[in-house]
Amino acid sequence: MTRRSYDVVIVGSGAGGGTVAQELSSLCRDGVRIAVLEKGPKLRAEEFTGRELEMAQVLYEDGGGFLNAERIMTLAFGSTYGGSTAVYTGTSLLPPEHVLQRWNVPNCTFADVEPRARKFMTENNVHFLEDKWINENNRLFVEGCRQLGYRAQQFPVNLKGCRGSSLCNLGCPNQAKQGTDRVQLPRAERNGVEVITRCEALRIGEKTIFARVHAKPHGGKGEPSPWQAGDYQIDAKVIVVCAGAVNSPALLLRSRMGRGLPRLGCGFTCHPAIIMVAEHGRAITNFVGHPKSFYLDQFAQSDRFLLETCMYFPFITAKAMAGFGEEHSRFMRAFPRLQMILVLACDEVNAHNRVTVDGSGRPVVHYRCTPEVMRSLVRGAITSAKIFFAAGAVRVHLPVARFATIERTEVERLHQIAEHPDFKPGKISISAAHLQGGCAMGRGPADSVTDGFGRVHGIPWLFVADSSLFPNSLEINPYLTIMALADRVAETIHKDVHALL
Amino acid sequence: MRKNGFGELPMTVLSPVRSIFRAVVSTVVPEADKLGEPGWRELETLVETTLQNRPRAVHRQLRLFIRTIQWLPVFRYGRRFTSLSAEQRMQVLCYLQDHCVEVIRCGFWGVRTLALLGYYGRPEAVQATGYAADPRGWEALR
Repeated sequence: MTRRSYDVVIVGSGAGGGTVAQELSSLCRDGVRIAVLEKGPKLRAEEFTGRELEMAQVLYEDGGGFLNAERIMTLAFGSTYGGSTAVYTGTSLLPPEHVLQRWNVPNCTFADVEPRARKFMTENNVHFLEDKWINENNRLFVEGCRQLGYRAQQFPVNLKGCRGSSLCNLGCPNQAKQGTDRVQLPRAERNGVEVITRCEALRIGEKTIFARVHAKPHGGKGEPSPWQAGDYQIDAKVIVVCAGAVNSPALLLRSRMGRGLPRLGCGFTCHPAIIMVAEHGRAITNFVGHPKSFYLDQFAQSDRFLLETCMYFPFITAKAMAGFGEEHSRFMRAFPRLQMILVLACDEVNAHNRVTVDGSGRPVVHYRCTPEVMRSLVRGAITSAKIFFAAGAVRVHLPVARFATIERTEVERLHQIAEHPDFKPGKISISAAHLQGGCAMGRGPADSVTDGFGRVHGIPWLFVADSSLFPNSLEINPYLTIMALADRVAETIHKDVHALL
Repeated sequence: MRKNGFGELPMTVLSPVRSIFRAVVSTVVPEADKLGEPGWRELETLVETTLQNRPRAVHRQLRLFIRTIQWLPVFRYGRRFTSLSAEQRMQVLCYLQDHCVEVIRCGFWGVRTLALLGYYGRPEAVQATGYAADPRGWEALR
């Protein structure tokens, strides 16, 4: 085993890790040594081909097919330089005030978090796309909402030089999306932070991380790790865990911290989602242009669902639709005429839903859809169907119906389906990409894993700085909030630097 | 490399259940019936690549479930899945998809997902859907 030594080691390079790396990088000028350990590879610009399976395999954990223990849901999270910020659509919303109030975490107030989120809006070039770059898939959503009296809102997005490839979720082939891979990490590296890719954190000991560097697979994408393949013991005065809501609690559990932290792994939420598909009578611009430009949140409080525009790739679309056979194929063959909406349920912390590790230390996500979540998804699906028809769709695929295809002439069936949905976990494809909780902030070990500044209870040199800090669902796309919380963690380390280092 | 009834194909996760898997894929995606041997091999390579990093237990469960699909119809039709008509095959898979036991629905969902991955993971199938995203985005439309 090779031994290395740093002052600060950050595990993960996504919205949390990338932000902490940048915010601490000024310390490098004073001789402080900082390393970021990233499990995934760093790809060269020309390696982002936009080919679905090829890119999913290299950019996502388990190729994007990470299944929960009950096998009713796939979880999508990035495993690459920049983490999930390399594979999201760049949607950047400010944290909602009512959610932070409900979290009720000491010292973590809206007044403190919101200005930090705004700082990253500026830094990462968050703005509204000009109207001329909005495609018909998005315009039809706005039009359908307008017809029904709903208030669709535009997503602020962090793009620079977007060409409208629509391939955001497969890593932007034009490097237009301003995630941590484009902004915070390069800046941190210029200031002296080392980023060690293909480096998997195995467990944490007393001010030490045990990690394994993987060799680049033969013919695989990405740059080789700057370190030789093999096992490492990395000593660190401060460790910041930013591996995401699945891998952060799993890393701490593998490190046998569960006994002193009974809430470790608990409180996992994820905005479980279903993809809705509708066919129009003519081709629309859908697989060109930014895929996720608008959303509808007016039902978030009353019915606990959000709607977002989306446009996925052939395999994901085929998987998302319920059923199979000729009807399924007919929708697939109509791809240039398809409109899509993503329905996300605002789930709540639930005693069953949590992260554990199996005998070999792999993370296991236990997640069951509660009746409330199923109800939210059904209501969201019905509302989406109404929007599709109001926008002129000729048929809608409704996965919560016994017979999923609804023709325009059968709109009245929607009321019956709403009354008697056919929602069967295991039949409907549910996916989630907003993974939250597991190392929640709070008051003490009885109710949480860290304090309001991400410091793990009872372990002054260990911090968490990612979406696992959320004590409950954020109810919106989480990236700006993760960056704002990571900024707080970095500031805490800065303030405490003499005692810690 | 061992022979397994499909010429010189490697013994892999799917090879012991290859004929049944192909019958399932053709039911899930009827167009798959038109695939020639190179198309099937491409499809199966995509599925095998996806499965290679999964635990061996998952491989065993997958084969067991596919074998269940093969033998289950004997109770209803007196014949195995691969000997059924296209309509009967549809009925068997619908039965599994809507089964009252969640773990059976999940098992079918897994097999269906692999079938769709193999079929729609192929560039030819993508082209046939009309999907044509281009890294050049709007420029490519002009």
